[in-house]
Amino acid sequence: MPAFILRRLMQSVVVLFAMSLLVFAGMYAVGNPIDILLSPDATQMERAHVIAAFGLDQPLWRQYLLFVWHALHGDLGRSFAFGTSAMGLIAERFPATMELAVAAMLMAIVLGIPLGLLAGLKPNGLVGRSIMTVSILGFSLPTFWVGMMLIMLFAVQLGWLPASGRGATVPLFGVPVSFLTVDGLKHLLLPAFNLALFSIAMVIRLTRAGAQEALLQDYVRYARAKGLRWRRIVGVHVLKNILIPVVTVVALEFGSTVAFSVVTESVFAWPGMGKLIIDSIRVLDRPVIVAYLMLIVTLFVLVNLAADIAYSLLDPRVRLAEARG
Amino acid sequence: MDTTLAIAETPLRRFVRRYAASPMAMIGATVLLVLLLAALCAPWIAPQNPYDLAQIDILDARLPPGAHAYSGKMTYVLGTDEQGRDMLSAILYGMRISVLVGVSSTVAALAVGLTLGLLAGYAGGRLEGFLMRVADVQLSFPSILIALILLALLGPGIGKIIVALIAVQWAYYARTARSAALVERRKEYIEAAVGLGLRPARVVFRHLLPNCLPPLIVVAALQVASAISLEATLSFLGLGLPVTEPSLGLLIANGFNYLLSGKYWISLFPGIALLVLIVAINLVADQLRDVLNPRLHMP
Repeated sequence: MPAFILRRLMQSVVVLFAMSLLVFAGMYAVGNPIDILLSPDATQMERAHVIAAFGLDQPLWRQYLLFVWHALHGDLGRSFAFGTSAMGLIAERFPATMELAVAAMLMAIVLGIPLGLLAGLKPNGLVGRSIMTVSILGFSLPTFWVGMMLIMLFAVQLGWLPASGRGATVPLFGVPVSFLTVDGLKHLLLPAFNLALFSIAMVIRLTRAGAQEALLQDYVRYARAKGLRWRRIVGVHVLKNILIPVVTVVALEFGSTVAFSVVTESVFAWPGMGKLIIDSIRVLDRPVIVAYLMLIVTLFVLVNLAADIAYSLLDPRVRLAEARG
Repeated sequence: MDTTLAIAETPLRRFVRRYAASPMAMIGATVLLVLLLAALCAPWIAPQNPYDLAQIDILDARLPPGAHAYSGKMTYVLGTDEQGRDMLSAILYGMRISVLVGVSSTVAALAVGLTLGLLAGYAGGRLEGFLMRVADVQLSFPSILIALILLALLGPGIGKIIVALIAVQWAYYARTARSAALVERRKEYIEAAVGLGLRPARVVFRHLLPNCLPPLIVVAALQVASAISLEATLSFLGLGLPVTEPSLGLLIANGFNYLLSGKYWISLFPGIALLVLIVAINLVADQLRDVLNPRLHMP
């Protein structure tokens, strides 16, 4: 068992290292950041000063080592565009993205499980079939497209909800959150739903498949024979058995949801780190791009590592297969 | 199933009969065919060339659908954008670029993934272990993140976005091809080909490949839709195609700023074109999956 965890850990470190190398080296193919930082009529003195200040005069491998050294100390350089720490910029926008992603995951569970149960209990009825059609659309439609339609319908035509921005925030343990104010909630609703669409579609499918399987099991037959009400059988016995795999998958999707918030944040002008990275790519703000990519890749590697370890603890077959192969 | 009939008809006819069994799939195929033809023939059927500055008139900017041109020469059925371009023409040209990027990146990714997957499945050993490990690691990241990293590294441009889409997709094909190759490798015809002393390359590409193709065709059909969708997303974010080659995603992005002021048509109509295109491809791909799945046609 420790050998398995150690091997997985090593693998994660290799992925992180390869990613850092790729991301860092690739940044040099994008363009000359000096041209972006300085106006064309800047003097030679100003140029030299900026090059030295940003460490751009060092050889590439030196810059990389410097980058790793600083990264391990939580410093990923200063933003070219803002002049402040790249990590600080991302940390500033981190709560907004997390709030959006968590709201989306909650929405996926709260909306997806009941809809999936409905579809699973009546798979051939009109309701069941329309739920499945909606879930197929949720998988195949581009997120930005649905977001645009939501804005068009609920913000422009009906005027019920605001089209963009985050709304009023209040500090909670020192972190600004918007779900505690009415204005903030109104602003949160559309982007969170937009971001949740993919997860909702997935939860519907998982719940439906789980429900159809569970209904054939002996414990359901026994509960019926015992004379339990149908609502209790589905709501307690069936639901309990479906919940574990569904929640596991939703938790695993968390990294994806954070990554996909890039799109939703751009559509709804949500001031999170996804919008920051898009703006940074446009102006070639290298430190911010590198910091964001490293942060999100680390997040992914950690989520996958945790999932692998959890699986191997719960299911010995995974360990054995790994030891053989 | 009527086996005597199945034996009498050619494989192509059998394929067509099975495909046509679903009316939804037939509608999807018809719509897709019309869209592809319209996109392909855009320069000949579009009312104007939206990128020829001599043909557009800034006085006609942001006209609603059905408005007449200032010069009186034409009617803008779907309205005009901020530079006075006819939206219908812009959509036809944009669809052409979307389809071109989607199809070419899928075909290239299929070629790369198929070759690597077949080699991994046929050769086995270290090569297989390495290739599949790389594919696993890549598939554990969402496609948008991979594309984002690559475009941040490579910069914008039509060639760059095709490279990014190939990099995003190859792993799906490699996995599918490998698992098909693992099954086929053990069959007698491969043994016979090897026994005849054919070169390994000939065994792989001439004997193994055609028998591994059906599941890959299904994956490719589904992937075209997601490639088009991903390209539209990236272009919408301003990371994909340059302004001189506007795909549907870029057209939608251009109109997005006017959405709040009620000028819905600049974004909505390219959006609908994108939606219909993606749904039609999905309908066709779903039916292909059913038709090409041998398990569903056991006698």
